[in-house]
Amino acid sequence: MSDNGNGNSGLLQLSAKDFKSDQEVRWCPGCGDYAILAAVQGFMPELGIPRENIVFVSGIGCSSRFPYYMQTYGMHSIHGRAPAIASGLSTSRPDLSVWVVTGDGDAMSIGGNHLIHALRRNVNLKILLFNNEIYGLTKGQYSPTSPVGKVAKSTPMGSIDRPFYPLSLALGAEATFVARSIDTDRKHLTEVLRQAAAHKGTALVEIYQNCNIYNDGAFDVIRDNKGRRLYLEHGKPAVFGENGEKGIVFTDEGAAKIVDINEVGLDGVYVHDAHADEVFHAFALSRITQASHGVTPIGVLRDVDRPVYDEQMAGQLEAAVAKRGAGDLDALLSATDTWEL
Amino acid sequence: MTKTVEQLDRVIIRFAGDSGDGMQLTGDRFTSETAVFGNDIATFPDFPAEIRAPAGSLPGVSGFQVHFADHDILTPGDQPDVLVAMNPAALKTNLKDLPKGSTLIVNTDAFVPRNLDKAGYASNPLEDGSLADWQVHPVAVTTMTLESVKGIEGITPREGERAKNMFALGLMCWLFGRPTQGTVDFINEKFSKRPEIAAANIAAFNAGYHFGETSETFSISYEVKPAKLKPGKYRQINGNSALVYGLVAASIQAKRALFLGAYPITPASSILEELAALKHFGVRTFQAEDEIAAVGAALGAAFGGALGVTVSAGPGIVLKQETIGLAMQLELPLVILNIQRAGPSTGMPTKPEQTDLLNVLYGRNGESPIPVIAASTPGGCFFAAIEAARIALKYRTPVFLLSDAYLANGAEPWLIPSSADLPDISVENIIQPNREDGSYWPYLRDEKTLARPWAIPGTPGLEHRIGGIEKADGTGNISYDPDNHDLMTRLRAQKVAGIAADIPLLEVDHVEGARTLVLGWGSTYGPIGAAIKLLRADGVAVDQAHLMHLNPFPRNLGEVLKSYDKILMPEMNLGQLRQLVRSEFLVDAHGYNRVTGKPFKASELAEAILALVNA
Repeated sequence: MSDNGNGNSGLLQLSAKDFKSDQEVRWCPGCGDYAILAAVQGFMPELGIPRENIVFVSGIGCSSRFPYYMQTYGMHSIHGRAPAIASGLSTSRPDLSVWVVTGDGDAMSIGGNHLIHALRRNVNLKILLFNNEIYGLTKGQYSPTSPVGKVAKSTPMGSIDRPFYPLSLALGAEATFVARSIDTDRKHLTEVLRQAAAHKGTALVEIYQNCNIYNDGAFDVIRDNKGRRLYLEHGKPAVFGENGEKGIVFTDEGAAKIVDINEVGLDGVYVHDAHADEVFHAFALSRITQASHGVTPIGVLRDVDRPVYDEQMAGQLEAAVAKRGAGDLDALLSATDTWEL
Repeated sequence: MTKTVEQLDRVIIRFAGDSGDGMQLTGDRFTSETAVFGNDIATFPDFPAEIRAPAGSLPGVSGFQVHFADHDILTPGDQPDVLVAMNPAALKTNLKDLPKGSTLIVNTDAFVPRNLDKAGYASNPLEDGSLADWQVHPVAVTTMTLESVKGIEGITPREGERAKNMFALGLMCWLFGRPTQGTVDFINEKFSKRPEIAAANIAAFNAGYHFGETSETFSISYEVKPAKLKPGKYRQINGNSALVYGLVAASIQAKRALFLGAYPITPASSILEELAALKHFGVRTFQAEDEIAAVGAALGAAFGGALGVTVSAGPGIVLKQETIGLAMQLELPLVILNIQRAGPSTGMPTKPEQTDLLNVLYGRNGESPIPVIAASTPGGCFFAAIEAARIALKYRTPVFLLSDAYLANGAEPWLIPSSADLPDISVENIIQPNREDGSYWPYLRDEKTLARPWAIPGTPGLEHRIGGIEKADGTGNISYDPDNHDLMTRLRAQKVAGIAADIPLLEVDHVEGARTLVLGWGSTYGPIGAAIKLLRADGVAVDQAHLMHLNPFPRNLGEVLKSYDKILMPEMNLGQLRQLVRSEFLVDAHGYNRVTGKPFKASELAEAILALVNA
């Protein structure tokens, strides 16, 4: 138990161990979720927030067991609804740090509506979307992020559904913070979590997570080969490759294009601006995939300041009291035509 | 010309017109003047779901019935004494309810071939003698309205014509001796930004009043003396507003912030709208993306320690049920208001029904017991909201509160309660570990109530996780143990059943010699009471009891039922409560069941009750 309950981080000395609950972790051996759990538990002390002021809310799916393993407050809810439940919690308790853990099916299929509306409202939530491109808990059906042609238990002849690009979806839903990381890259994941936590409003972090049972190796190219990752950092040129020999430029049509640094020079490459007001570059970056460009952007695509829903709601309450005085029930009941008998 | 004033003890007026004619406003204003005058009142607004159905068409007719009396009344009345018909369609759809010999006031200007045709009249009923059985007062409402607004600058003919409902209102105010200043003030306030519109409406209102006074078509006006009700300060209230005030009162009496998650749906939306205007009470309203998110957000707020509330009607309630099941499993307080409307599916959105009882009791997966209470009068909605919150908070359970479209929109005079007389419904959050070893078990129950402790985020040392998966008794950890599941299922059922010890006994309105009981729930309270009054006036001995708590039942219900020879259960469904009562108490209860989308008439119920008494 923390002896500092007032949220002042100065005296708060917690370690990763303090965020481990007494529950046995029940994911399959070798699951990417373990690495993400370790990274989150390792990062939490940095927040400087007492454990009692942190809440993890999840839906249903393998990833959604996450709250049980965190020594914070937590709710394992129902399929797809975590962003809605967390929105009610966060708006009524702006003093809390509220995290949502979800998966590709949970967030983008059954809970798609809640995800996009949480994003557009900019509720103060940190949403960690574990994307393994498969339904794991129900044992191997294709998901809304599975590629076309995916042969899974419910698609013996291959999936004919076009998948979502999760980050494009989020940007289209007016998200103010959009990022991606990889389960095995703890350093990078921790840095993304750091920026997400610092963001005011909704932060969506897509985390590529390997399901070693039903979709093993889906991200091997990116996990194994750093040259196939485009590390996006604000204010730095968007370059990648074994020796940083390739870069990103944008065509007049608004698409991202790969160029050789040798040909265009470092000055000719797009310098990443995560804080840009316009969403054009972030959106074009969100369309880059291994299939289309042979590289995957990771890092923070977009991080902009917008009014935060929770604060605005609290502000309206304060303004109402300032204007009308604190509510008086007896006055309310008589605030219309009355008569005496 | 001197006019006669005739004394009446009660009058029922129905205003009927096109849905764009402002009939609801007209009825509302007449009701306000009548309430302030001191009569007892009951109203029944009856309008289509379409905002503006094609003008002049039969489906577009909107009606408002008001019953006022010099004594205590319980319903808006079975049949009008006076019908105001603003067009042929309104006449056509309402004439069948008007007893022969009653007063009919028609706007002759609307009886033109085009409108007659739309209403399906082959000839003009004002001219073909088909209305000979009624006292018809033909009034050129539109012409006289336009005449009255002449000379008011800035008024288009269309705007002038729209004031015709105020002309009709003025005429009715004269005919029944209603005060007028309240309406003049109301119009001035409503149109404060358009003084010319206010002037036009007031001119039309006064013209209607003066027309009654001077025209020879009306030789008599009527007077209904104030009613002798319990002394005190009164106001008019409808069921939805009473729920709003009840929720605010519950929040204050529970010392917890109110959080409403809602999605617009008829006939519940006004609760969201009215609560959104009460932010100075610390009320947070969240208009969610859908019904599921609305209840989800309310549950999230409850997890954080707020008084979480969601409101909807049948189609929305069905969508919420999975989350309500989660709330039941998490054992967190949550109030769910169901303003029932005619189903199934979209059904008839503006019409009342009592067809969701079995759905709220059983419409979730698994054994999922939830307390259910029902309001029976518009004013009673206020106290029902406080009672629902009390049970939810004390027992950490979702609670369903049933109202319906009839209570939602119907108005009655209401003796304004004082906040000092309201119960304290506050409960404490746990802030210390509840185990000797310093740990916290989220499912270590209170021995008496079986409620689990409620630790909210922000409480150091009590960090814990809850979820929809079955939990081990006490620790709340995930458990698939067969015996534990059986135990937890029984504990949850026992907790809800145990609430019976904490609710009032069922009271019976008894008369000497009665061997027949009429048992009801919800908004049928008024019609059943009115029917019983009629029968008792004729010397028929019959008793009435009305249930507010439907799960669990009051603990004396079985005993009460078994003390009668005959039981009649009127319900605006096909016998849902009757099915429960018969199966639980093995009594041969009879039903009176109609699903017309309209409240019962006292006369039809009296007939049904008498038939059973005499059977």
